[in-house]
Amino acid sequence: MRVNISQKKIRDAFVVKIEELSGQKILACYQCGKCSAGCPAVSEMDILPNQVIRYVQLGFKDELLKSKSFWVCASCLTCNARCPKGIKIAEVMEAVRQISLRKRKDYVKIPTLTDKQKEEVPPIALISSFRKYTS
Amino acid sequence: MKISYFPGCTLKANAKNFEDSALCSLKKLGLEVEELRRWNCCGTVYSLAADDIIHHVAPVRNLIFSKEAKADALVTLCAMCYNTLKRANDRFKKNAEDRDIINRFMDAEGLAYEGDVKVLHLLEVLRDVVKFENLAQKVVRPLKDLNVASYYGCLLVRPKEIGLDNVENPQVLENLMSALGAQPVDFPHKTECCGAYQTVDNPRIVAERTYQILTSARSRGADVVAVSCPLCAFNLDTRQKETVDLHSDFEKMPILYFSQLLGIALGCPVEALRFDLHDVDPKPVLKRKGLI
Repeated sequence: MRVNISQKKIRDAFVVKIEELSGQKILACYQCGKCSAGCPAVSEMDILPNQVIRYVQLGFKDELLKSKSFWVCASCLTCNARCPKGIKIAEVMEAVRQISLRKRKDYVKIPTLTDKQKEEVPPIALISSFRKYTS
Repeated sequence: MKISYFPGCTLKANAKNFEDSALCSLKKLGLEVEELRRWNCCGTVYSLAADDIIHHVAPVRNLIFSKEAKADALVTLCAMCYNTLKRANDRFKKNAEDRDIINRFMDAEGLAYEGDVKVLHLLEVLRDVVKFENLAQKVVRPLKDLNVASYYGCLLVRPKEIGLDNVENPQVLENLMSALGAQPVDFPHKTECCGAYQTVDNPRIVAERTYQILTSARSRGADVVAVSCPLCAFNLDTRQKETVDLHSDFEKMPILYFSQLLGIALGCPVEALRFDLHDVDPKPVLKRKGLI
């Protein structure tokens, strides 16, 4: 992938917003990769959890919002428990989801769910899915 | 000890086997619980965004009801309810600014909320109040020869400051199974995520996780897998149908709530155990072991 690194991107309001929503200091991450090593969802991700952090560090807003990794993250919090720098990666994932959802870009579109999809699962699944995937 | 019981949505719908078996077991142990009056949704998932206080209104309202009931503790069975209620309680205990915001928003509830409700999971009640050594003496039908792999999932143990046991290697379910006379089976996937709510829009992910988790338990010699979360239970049990389609070598595994195993050991009638609500029938293996 060809990328363009610039001060402008690194100091973009997007990075500030992620830090604010997640409550995390993104530059504390030194890219050891422990979060990705323990993540049970990596096989479904296009970029790894440590790369999500790296994209934020470099202000790669468009590339990050295009990826599906932050939607695949189910907030199991394994990464948070293992990060040697105490960074809450799951909170960063939530911040990226929130930035997308707050522009009313729902990931799960409720009207397109079939009756079968809605009926076969317990209420706990529907409510948590809608809480995480819709605005 | 006065215990308020918070059931949550799924225990009143798909997971009646969880609720009925737990309530029967509590009765056998002589513990009185009273269902929380006017309880509402716990919120199911704790919002991880710093400014998202509105999503904590649901758990906090339940916590206020628990305070009004003057209970010593609010007890949940569902791991997701436990996590959301306990985390919300913890957040507003520690963060005075957020507490002030939510109290001003919720003034119709008529009681200021201070983050001072004790939220417990049933497993904590059994471990710390009843104590496993006393529980073992009340066992009328030991789960002899039953190999039980205990699956914790995420929200019973993470985050560390909320979890009810060690974050990487919890033991409470294994210790409970030992007290009931079963053989606990250790397996490396016991705290790996089941895929949770992705079961709605992407059941394939969940079926793949189910394959990993249950194959791992099977390879360690488990007869059944014990769970404490109705979403894990649904994913691991019902999604075995999709798992079989994806992996021809997959062998089905019965999923039971820990409370159903507790209920068998304490002599609860089979009507309270509700084995009819399972997708993968646990009765054959339980019959083979002489437990039902």
